Parts: sequence; C-alpha cells; structure tokens
Amino acid sequence: MQKNLLLKTVIIVAILLIFVYGMLGIPKSFSSEGLKNAMLDRIHLGLDLKGGTHLILQVMVNDAVGAQSDHAIEVMKDELQKAKVAYADIAKVDNQPEKILIKGTPLDASSTVRGIVSDRLQEYDVASGTENSWVLTMKPQVLTDLKDRTLEQSIEAIRQRVDSLGVSEPLIQKNGLGENQILVQLPGVDDPGRVKEIIQSTARLELREALDHGQVYLTEAAAAQAHQGILPPNTVVMPSKPRRGEQEGGFIIVSRIPVVSGTDIRSADPGNKSDTNEPIVNFYLTAAAGKKFATFTAAHSKDSADPSNLAIVLDNKVITAPSINSQISDSGIIEGGFTQESAKDLAMLLRSGALPASLHYLTERTVGPSLGADSIRAGVKAAIAGMAAVLIFMLIYYRGAGINADLALVLNLVILLGFMGFFGAVLTLPGIAGVILTVGMGVDSNVLIFERIREELRNGKAAAAAVDQGFDRAWTTILDTHVTTIVSALILFFVGTGPVSGFGLTLIFGLLANLFTAVFVSRVIFDAVLSRKGRGEALSI
Amino acid sequence: MEFFRNTNIDFLGKKWYFLSFSLVFSVAGILSMLFWHGIPLGVDFRGGTLVYVKFVDAPNTNAIRADLDKAGLHNATIQRYGNPAENEVVIKLDLKETSEADLDKGKYEILTALETNPVQGKQNINNSDRIGFTAVRDALLARDPMHAEPAEYERQARRVLDSRDKEHGGVLRSLDQLKGAIPDSVLDALKQDFYASNYGVKGGDIVGPQVGAQLRKQATLAVLFSLIAMLVYLWFRFELIYGVAAVVAVFHDTLITVGAFSLTNQEITLTVIAAILTLVGYSMNDTIVVFDRIRENVKLMRRESLAEIVNKSINQTLSRTILTSGLTFLTVLSLYLFGGEVLHGFSFALVIGILIGTYSSIAVAAPMLVAYTEWRSKSSGRGAIPLPTPGAKGKVRVKV
Repeated sequence: MQKNLLLKTVIIVAILLIFVYGMLGIPKSFSSEGLKNAMLDRIHLGLDLKGGTHLILQVMVNDAVGAQSDHAIEVMKDELQKAKVAYADIAKVDNQPEKILIKGTPLDASSTVRGIVSDRLQEYDVASGTENSWVLTMKPQVLTDLKDRTLEQSIEAIRQRVDSLGVSEPLIQKNGLGENQILVQLPGVDDPGRVKEIIQSTARLELREALDHGQVYLTEAAAAQAHQGILPPNTVVMPSKPRRGEQEGGFIIVSRIPVVSGTDIRSADPGNKSDTNEPIVNFYLTAAAGKKFATFTAAHSKDSADPSNLAIVLDNKVITAPSINSQISDSGIIEGGFTQESAKDLAMLLRSGALPASLHYLTERTVGPSLGADSIRAGVKAAIAGMAAVLIFMLIYYRGAGINADLALVLNLVILLGFMGFFGAVLTLPGIAGVILTVGMGVDSNVLIFERIREELRNGKAAAAAVDQGFDRAWTTILDTHVTTIVSALILFFVGTGPVSGFGLTLIFGLLANLFTAVFVSRVIFDAVLSRKGRGEALSI
Repeated sequence: MEFFRNTNIDFLGKKWYFLSFSLVFSVAGILSMLFWHGIPLGVDFRGGTLVYVKFVDAPNTNAIRADLDKAGLHNATIQRYGNPAENEVVIKLDLKETSEADLDKGKYEILTALETNPVQGKQNINNSDRIGFTAVRDALLARDPMHAEPAEYERQARRVLDSRDKEHGGVLRSLDQLKGAIPDSVLDALKQDFYASNYGVKGGDIVGPQVGAQLRKQATLAVLFSLIAMLVYLWFRFELIYGVAAVVAVFHDTLITVGAFSLTNQEITLTVIAAILTLVGYSMNDTIVVFDRIRENVKLMRRESLAEIVNKSINQTLSRTILTSGLTFLTVLSLYLFGGEVLHGFSFALVIGILIGTYSSIAVAAPMLVAYTEWRSKSSGRGAIPLPTPGAKGKVRVKV
C-alpha cells in the first residue's frame, strides 16, 4: 500500500512538472514579470485579447474565369479570320463568364468552328445553338480547377504581401464557411486600416489601347457621344485618375481586351525619372508578353499607319494614357503623380504578383490594442474572483477534504494551461470562459465524490471503505457527464469557427484534465491521509 | 458543514406547478419572439456595422446623433457601454447601410462625422485603425528630431503607443500628455504630423449579409448536432426514453434562455451561442447525475414504484445539485459582474442557463420519465418499465 502510494505520488509530480513546463517552458527569470513573459511565450493570446484584425474575403473567382474566356474569344476571332469565316459577334454570356456565344456564322462553318475548338481551345465544349450560333462552355473540370487555382493564388499573393509588411504569426487560409472565401487573421497589427488596403489592392496592371489618342472625357455619356452615341466595337469606358493639379478624373475609351495583363509582369521596382526626378515605377514583362507588346507598340506608334495611345490601367482605373513614341518590347515605366511611398508600395504589389481576381471584404473585425487590454483585464479578474470564491467555499464546506478539492482544481488549471502550451492553442476571451467552466465541472466532480463519501459514512461505513465506495459509485456518473460534455465540445470545435471553436478546444482539454485530477489525484490524497490515520479515526470531510 | 441532510421532498407531486411554471416562461419567450422583440440577432448573424468609440470627455449621445444625422446616417443606434467613467460608446449601423461591395463605408462615414474639427494636413493620433507603430515610426524617421539611429525612433514610437494604449486607455486628450514619456524634441516633431482629436476608435465589427447568413446556419447546425450526439450517447448508456427526456429538458432550457434574450431585447452574438451550447452541456450533466442515481436505485429498490424511486434519487442528489449549481453560478456571476462588455451577453446566457438547467433536470426530465412509464404501463396493461437491466450495457467500473 505504502509503496503503491509512493509510485502514484511520483506519477502525479511528474505529470505536474511536464505540464508546468508546457505552461511556462524554461523561464529566463523567476520574478513575477519573468514568469508572466515565459507564459505569454508559450500560450498565445487570441486577437480579441492581443488586438488585431480578423478578415473574411470573398475571391471573385469569376474574374479569372472571365479573363480566360476573353483570351479564348481573342483566339477564336484570330482563327476565324485566318480561316476567312465571317461572324457577327463573339462575346461572353451575361453573368456566365464560362460561356461564349458566337453569332452569325455561315451555315457551312461547323467543321471550322469545331476544328478551332479541338485544336486551340480544348478547355471548352462546343455546341451549336439557334440561328447559326455556337456556344462554347468551359469544361466543368477545367472550370473547377481554374477556380481552385485562383483561390490558391490569391492566398499566396496575400501571404506574400502580409509577410512583406512584417506581420508576425499571420493566419491566412481557406475559410470553411462559404465557397471561395479566405480567412485572414493578423494578431497584434496596430494599424489594420493600412494593412487592409494593401491586401485588397488587386494590383492588376493592364496595358490597353487608348482610343481617340487618349482623349479624356468629362462623363461616360460624353465619351459615347463622341462616337455618335455608340461606342466602337470591343471597347469600354474606364475612369481615369485625376491628373496632377486637377480635382476630378474623367473617362477614357479603351480596348476591351488588354494587350498585356497582370500575370505577364515579371518584376517591378520603384525609381526616379532622370530629368524631373519624379517618382516612377519600372516594370518588366515576361518574354512572351514582351513579344506581344512589341507587335502592338510597333503597330500603333506615333509614326505608324494607325497611331494610338497606350492606356496603363491599374485596378480598372486608367493611370496615364501616353502616346507611343516607338516600339517597346519588354519593359516600361509608369508615371503619374506618385510619392516615393506610393511608388514603393505599387512596385511591391506588382512584384508580389497581382491577385488573379478581385477581393471583396465580407467581414472585418478589429480589436484595438486598448480594447484587447481591457478585455484581458476583465476576463482574468473574473476568472480569479470566481476561482477564489470556489476554493474558499470548498475549504469551509468540506474542511480537510476541501484541501483535496482545492489541490485538484489548481492542478487541473495547470494541466489545462500546459495542454494549451504544448498544442500551441490560442487563448481567446471565450476560451477564458471555457477555463471558468472547467473549474465549475471540476468542482462538480469533487462534490459528487464527497457527497457520496459522506453518504457512505452516514450509513455507518468505516472511513477507508466509505472513500472506496464513494469514488467507485461517483465514477460512473463522472464518466457519463464528462463524455457528454466532451462530445458537445468536440462538435463546437469542428462545426464552429473562431471563438466558438476556441471555446470548444479549451473545454475538451479542461475536461480531460479534470478526469485525471478529480478522480486520480484526489483519490491519492485521500489514501495518503487515510494511511497516516489510525483505524478508528474520523475523516475530515 | 452540511446544508442538506436526508431531505424528503415530494418533487413529483409538484409536477403541475412545474409544468405551469415552465409553460409560463416558454410561452412568454415564444410570444416575445413572435410578436414583440423577435429574436434579436447581433451583428455577427444579422450583418451590419458596429464601431466602439472612446471619447475624452463624457459623450453627449444627442450631439453624436446630430453629427451622424448631418452626415446622412439617420438610423444609427448609439449606446453607452462599460464603465461610465471610461466614456465609451458603441455606434451601430443596420445591414442596409453596410454594403457588401464597400464594406467599411459605414465605419468610415461614422468616423468622419465624429471628427468635429479636423486639422488640415495632420492625422488624428487617436485613430488606432490607421495610426500604429509604422505610422509613428515613419513620421519620426522623416523628421529625424534626435539625429539618431532608426532603432532609437522605433523605441520612441513604441513609447508613444504604449502611453496612448496602456496609460491613457487608447485616447490622448492632447499630445502634451506624452510629455515625460518621450523627449520634448520628439514631441515637437510629432505635433507637426499629428493632432489629438476628442475621440479614438477602440475597435469594430463589420459583417456583410452573406457571412451573417452562413454563421446563422452554422450555429443552428452546431446546436442540432450536439443535441443529436447527446441523444445517441444516452440511448447507448441508458435507454431511448432517458435520452429523449434529457433532450426535451435541454430544449426547454434553450427555449427559455433564448426567450430571455428576446424579452430583455439583448442581442444574440456568436459568443452567446457558445454560452447556449455550454448550458446544453451543463443541463445535460445535471440530468445525467439524477438519471444515474435512478439507474442505481432501480437495482436496490425492487418493490417501490418508479415515482418513488425517482423522488428518492432526486432527494439523494439534491445536496450535490444545489452545491454544484451554486458554485458554478458563483463563477458565472463573477463573469457577469467583472467580465466586461464583451462577455456580458455570454455570461447573461449562462446565469439564466444554470438556473434553468438545474431546475429542468428535476422539474422536466424526471417527471417526463415517470409520465412516459406510467402511460406505457397503462396502455400495455403491464408494468413495462424501460429501465436499464443491471449489469447489462453501460456499466463501467474502474478501480483506482
């Protein structure tokens, strides 16, 4: 019996040490400040306590699908022209960017169209429609892959941007709640507004043809009026950034299909213009895009037969629309009222890769640094007050056995925090509430056992037998109550997100710890007490 | 010390009182949900904009409303929260004024409307949304007031923000409050780029309609799944009717708690859902303790009727029930009193939930078990008591 007890005590102390290590690691100093820092090193605070930003973004994956279809339209037009097959119009179907409608082809065009699709546009299925029309639909597998890839690329681009800002421990992942959503958590960020802007800026740089020699119109209607109310085919009106010294921007007619788009950019860096020292951004194109750009600039340069301007479009806004002096191949500059700072930011964004699709914020939750500090103060205060009240009550109500319960409760808390340290779990405000609830459940187990022991003592059993029976009888109940609560906590952990999930995790750890402390540790203490007492002595309970 | 000893209260005899008590509260809650306040959902579920603002002086809600009205925000709700001495206000906008395409427009408009005398070319140092470590450091680097290394300015910037956030609760009355924390030369440099407005942003939530709907669905599923999982577990450990009785009791608790939120017109947020799930677990816990005792007593008391056994079991566990509930109630009450604004709804749900959860295991689950058994024995003509056979399934014994 004595030897057995010693072994059990050793086990308990060993477990205590393991979890104290989990909670504190090896602290650098043992002052209260040193211990606090050691604990914060191991147990990470959630952003409701630390301050920070929680964002849910929707990736508009249809942007990428539309871009793919735009490219297919270009190819189709080229090929049809080569094959000398006439057509009335080729365009995407409204709200279905994966579908392309070809109208007004001659009756005998069937083999040509099918040939083009099977040669160059294998990503599409072709079907004939009414009145000599054809419908190309992106293959379902290709569509799913494209959407997934767009989401992945967006996550990667956001990660690079966040990393370049030096945010520590960011969480960037697919959000399980809805389709094509990204969850971004930035703990400790103290200027969320700026970070948010940098994440969202698509940084989609496009080079398009600017019609009417880059003429800026005051309104969209004025732009159309310049062409007798109807825009030339395959053009769109885009807003332009105000020129320096002007208050408002205007509108420019540009080609609908970009010559060069975001993914064609190889690199970018900030610089200064040699003559005026004005901040600019240099960009470099990939080889393939460079070739395409060279053909375009040669065809539309000032001295060519068809002179035209070049529109530099960033996030669907024309930044400048200069005329083309001569052929340009694989590099260029963007100028237009940058500051050193904004030139640096834009170059970084272009370098880190454009987002393949635009982003919409669905949720934004910001906790300022002082709000987090308020919450942690209140939460910890409440936890300590609640815990102290319980500990004192147990001592008064159960006297000697109250010490048992109190030791078990404190050990429970240490194990719970140690668990969190080992698993790198994040402590959130609802998590603190979970800790408080664990304390409640711990008390319950002790009360169940102690009441049972008292009952057995009342029935005239000897102390040792009463303890034995008490633990034995209470065990079934404790197991049932813990399993049901763990089951519901597991569901919270898996079904819930954010705070709900964190709460579930804390509860699971706490209940597991409780099974150990209330049943095993408390029993060992009882046995130790009983082994010192004589046969007839009463138990303090 | 002992509060209860050998109590012998006839709980089942009071079932009609219990039934009417439960009915009154459930029906009141349901009526309020249907015809009065509805189910007041928080920003999490409903969508909308919520901004926590702290003022230097006691805020005048009428003046704030007038400012917002002028800016075209006519339906904003303005509420004081937390300790009145902290001068904190939460401003809410409806989903209508929160567009998915431009999510933080409402927040931006609120902040612009509150700024009564902006200083041209300078930034409000209390706007913690924009002004953080990077902004202060960069401003100091550009001015270079100490002719020092960049690392020095990083230290100074840290001090400025610590002073703002830790010593002055997030809002500086004027930049001069930084005196002492940083050298005068640095303070003068700061004054060229910043000013202190009479308010600061402590934080905010903006939820678009899409996410709100998704969270609503998720929360409903979480509650539903956990109820089903518990039912299955109890079925396995006891008998189906035990599981059904326990789940009905828990459903009763959830209904009354949600009803209490509706009656007091408090918002149900994501953390409140966590609290409701906790009370589901807690109430279930309470019920199982009583059921466990019933199972045990059935083996010992072969002659008594089920009603007598149940009554005895409730009385035997009464001391434990009151103690545990009392102590858990104590911890939850401390959460309610000291837990701060963010935990207010959470702890309110638990305060109500623990009271109701304790009551329901005695007043709902146990009588239902007896009523079902009596009905079955009457209809089948024999005393078919669906009690777990001793020693069969669900018996776990461990020697420690």
